[in-house]
Amino acid sequence: MPGHLLRVGAASVVFAQLVACGSTPATDRATELTVFAASSLTDAFDEMADAFESEHPGVAVRVNLAGSATLREQVLGGAPADLIVLADATAMAPLRSDGAIEGTEVVIATNDLVLAVPSSNPGGVEALSDLADPDLLVGVCAADVPCGRLADAAFAAAGVAASLDTREPNVRAVRTKLLDAELDAGLVYRTDLHDVGDRLLGIELPVAVATSYPLARLVDGPADDAVAADFAAFVLGSDGQAILAAHGFGRP
Amino acid sequence: MSRRIGPRAPALVVVPAAIAFSLIVAPLAGLALAVPWRRLPDLLGAPIVVEALRLSLVTSLSAALICLVIGVPLAWLLARVPFPGRTLVRAVVTLPMVLPPVVGGAALLFAFGRRGVFGEPLADATGFVLPFSIWAVILANVFVALPFLIVTVEGALVSADERVEHAAASLGATPMRVITRVTLPSIGPSLRAGLLLAWARALGEFGATVTFAGNLQGRTQTLPLAVFVALESDRDAALVISLVLVVISLVLLVALRGRWWGAR
Repeated sequence: MPGHLLRVGAASVVFAQLVACGSTPATDRATELTVFAASSLTDAFDEMADAFESEHPGVAVRVNLAGSATLREQVLGGAPADLIVLADATAMAPLRSDGAIEGTEVVIATNDLVLAVPSSNPGGVEALSDLADPDLLVGVCAADVPCGRLADAAFAAAGVAASLDTREPNVRAVRTKLLDAELDAGLVYRTDLHDVGDRLLGIELPVAVATSYPLARLVDGPADDAVAADFAAFVLGSDGQAILAAHGFGRP
Repeated sequence: MSRRIGPRAPALVVVPAAIAFSLIVAPLAGLALAVPWRRLPDLLGAPIVVEALRLSLVTSLSAALICLVIGVPLAWLLARVPFPGRTLVRAVVTLPMVLPPVVGGAALLFAFGRRGVFGEPLADATGFVLPFSIWAVILANVFVALPFLIVTVEGALVSADERVEHAAASLGATPMRVITRVTLPSIGPSLRAGLLLAWARALGEFGATVTFAGNLQGRTQTLPLAVFVALESDRDAALVISLVLVVISLVLLVALRGRWWGAR
């Protein structure tokens, strides 16, 4: 395996900090770069890390994936990260006002919401306006995570009073319930349709709602500034952009 | 505390014991210090708090009562009637205690979801769909809380003196009459303890609920789900909801301990 990818949650980050206090550095003196990335980037950033490591021997990239709000709270709580990529520009503001960000943030990709239905389309859904039907089972993200804010924006822009049955904690939970056909319809990111083949049908929204993914370097990042800058450049370069495009993300 | 004079506690015992207790108390103290006490009255009246509290009390109490009605008979069977495979049934019954609740939620979805093994025939026959409803919250609560009641009651039945039951039976009491007039009254404290434990467990249930019942304020969003959602936005509200959960759970557990002390 090229390097080691670790998916760590809040608890293990705290644990790692505790352990780091009393332990000696890694024996192979590999430079370790820690990247915090929004969970919708899961597959793309696993691949990104592998590609970067094979171009930069001696660098190990650790990717910590979680919801944007969780990542932000972890960084504000002192978790050691070199770079952070969030699913929403507004989620970055508290980090900026806290002075945690080095330089300026750059947008690395875009994404937008689509109306998704199971391929059997049990509810016979054809358009966003159908979601006002109280007999349909409809799910979107919770109001305070980026995909939930976008969902509310989509309903507002289209003037649809949706009859919701659940507001799931994250977009992958919405997708899972659509895949199991427990929901008739839901709003997910375009990239969420990308790797499920024809098990879900995507329907375009009447008014497009998009989000962008800002990347920022963090002031307290433990790794060398040059390595962090290299990774940011790699993501924005042709190789990194090709990986993001292959997972369905839009260009910045 | 009892007034009996015990042995002097050695430092080797007191120090780890103090660490153990502080590990539990420290996070609770952190919570209490972070709670915005001045905003407390306002936040306690916020719709997200009020609706979640009402829903949590209704669903957890219903679940605890259902556990009592169906759990006591199962506990009695396990304790009194030797049948083939009893050991296996006992193990299966306690499984929800050790399963990650999210696994329980997924399992409930596969069984009682709209496309589930039992959910699909139910939906076809009656049009009734369980997930995303208050019934799903109650079912998820029963699933995780049932073992706590069964284990408590079965333990009490096993250690109860069966000779009194034999005596009642030999005097002509029917088996059902022995259960209601002799057995159950003799394990009263354990019935209450099992009920309170099941209630407390149902009240704190998160994983199975969010997976099986979804999350919608006023319909399926219980206190633990409301904490999770509020942590992403209104941290003060999350702290207040957490405080409400801690206080209710503490009252329940103190009541439980009281019963145990009273019984022994």
